[in-house]
Amino acid sequence: MVDLRLNCDTVRRVLTGFIDNEVRKAGFERVVVGLSGGVDSSLSAFLAAEALGPQNVWGILMPYRTSNPESATHATLVVEALDIHNLTVDITPMVDAYFATFTDADNVRRGNKMARERMTILFDHSARLGGLVLGTSNKTELLLGYGTLYGDMASAVNPLGDLYKTQVRQLALHLKVPTVIVEKQPSADLWAGQTDEAELGFTYKEVDRVLYLLVDQRYEVADLIADGFDERFVRAVYHKVQASQYKRRLPVIAKVSSRTIDRDFRYPRDWGR
Amino acid sequence: MRRSRVAVAQIAPILGDVEKNLALHEKAAREAISQSVNLLVFPELSLTGYFLKDQVTSVALTEHAPALDVLRNLSHRVAMVVGFVEEAPGHRFHNAAAYLEGGEIRHIHRKVYLPTYGIFDEQRYLAAGAQVQAFDTALGRMAILICEDLWHPATAGIAAWDGAEIILCPSASPGRGLGQAEPFQNASTWERVIRAYGDLFTCFVVYANRVGYEDGACFWGGSEVVGPTGQALAKARYLEEEFLVVEVEGGALRRARVANPLLRDERLELTLQEVQRILRARGGDPG
Repeated sequence: MVDLRLNCDTVRRVLTGFIDNEVRKAGFERVVVGLSGGVDSSLSAFLAAEALGPQNVWGILMPYRTSNPESATHATLVVEALDIHNLTVDITPMVDAYFATFTDADNVRRGNKMARERMTILFDHSARLGGLVLGTSNKTELLLGYGTLYGDMASAVNPLGDLYKTQVRQLALHLKVPTVIVEKQPSADLWAGQTDEAELGFTYKEVDRVLYLLVDQRYEVADLIADGFDERFVRAVYHKVQASQYKRRLPVIAKVSSRTIDRDFRYPRDWGR
Repeated sequence: MRRSRVAVAQIAPILGDVEKNLALHEKAAREAISQSVNLLVFPELSLTGYFLKDQVTSVALTEHAPALDVLRNLSHRVAMVVGFVEEAPGHRFHNAAAYLEGGEIRHIHRKVYLPTYGIFDEQRYLAAGAQVQAFDTALGRMAILICEDLWHPATAGIAAWDGAEIILCPSASPGRGLGQAEPFQNASTWERVIRAYGDLFTCFVVYANRVGYEDGACFWGGSEVVGPTGQALAKARYLEEEFLVVEVEGGALRRARVANPLLRDERLELTLQEVQRILRARGGDPG
């Protein structure tokens, strides 16, 4: 019923072709990617290096003072394996300066601020280096809304957005991303000891099965419950997808004219390219 | 039908740029001429690209458009099937394919089934064609069916019953469905469908798919020419441009129809009778 195995050779060709095509169509040759040391950004970097050549890929490490030192170690493994350009920008001064005024901010606010701080650095380096910002969000986190709007969800081209987390891992192993990166517990690393699965309350393996059936196979919630899936779990997943729909769309525009952007003014993104 | 060299130009049209696409067509036509090709088939909407959305009206051409003159002239030396947005009288815009031969357009097929589901949105922008007809050419009798048309098997049946020896299928199929199938799940379904049509309708099928990316969708290529016993006579690579050339000959068609006289035994009056009964029973409800 659920088969999330990939034909990795083909997916690799399609995704490297996609990066090459979309980057060049936009008039660029380079990409800039934020390297967290996790499997998603590592795989994005591996695909980009294959698509564009390592000389056209800039990996940017953006640690905060509480980041797990292992994150930078793993990001450096990627830089060395691929021989791509790299740069480290410590975001501690800017983030701390801001929260010196808002000392009561909770972990979520702090985490979002860090993600958005990193976004501004990536887009600044996009202008500085003449490269597009390469996305690293996978289909699981995009569907669950497990990301920061205008933070890590922001990019120009995203090769991973149609692959579930478990598929990202398969493809990462196929491209020989270091196994220590593929096999570690995924973490947003926004505070010490944070792991995705603890925060979400389920494993990627569990949630990918439900998402695949709901989204790709067009199962209704009732179908899944009838097939023996835990009702509370299925409803919780469905709610997350529904509640985060706004994160996957442009801001809603009040319609008053006869032709409104994205409603009845519809052009492909590749318009004129 | 005449022994002919048939080619498929598995190209990556540029979205919305008719001028650049005309240049791609001219280049492929010259390649075809240099290889003594008799018939060159381009993919669906080969002059415009596929996911046009609101650009449809800006890239449309009438069948008399001067922009097509270069292809008309080249068709003195190689017949061609070219995909374009046709602006028909009354400003109806069709997803169309023209058969050019001897300096003129001999036939235009307007896509009759416009997919409007999943990734597709054709009925929003385009008008559906109203006919499926075979037509005579210097090389033999042919019919054109565009992409989704072939997913309605009656169209292939009509083409064959109308005497088509070669069914020409320009296509712009975006890859969908990951798994173990190569390269995509919908690609392997396509291959089963066109081979079955060759077999069931004892005719040649020329499937011309495109490659390239539009808005992140990847067209998978894999064009092929199927013989009248359902075997792939030639197959282009997946995901890459290719100029595929193969020889087709009437002897193979004759032998297939001798061995499997399916068309001889076809009972059109039975089909018509039952279709009319079904329509009457539905009482105007599309069912």
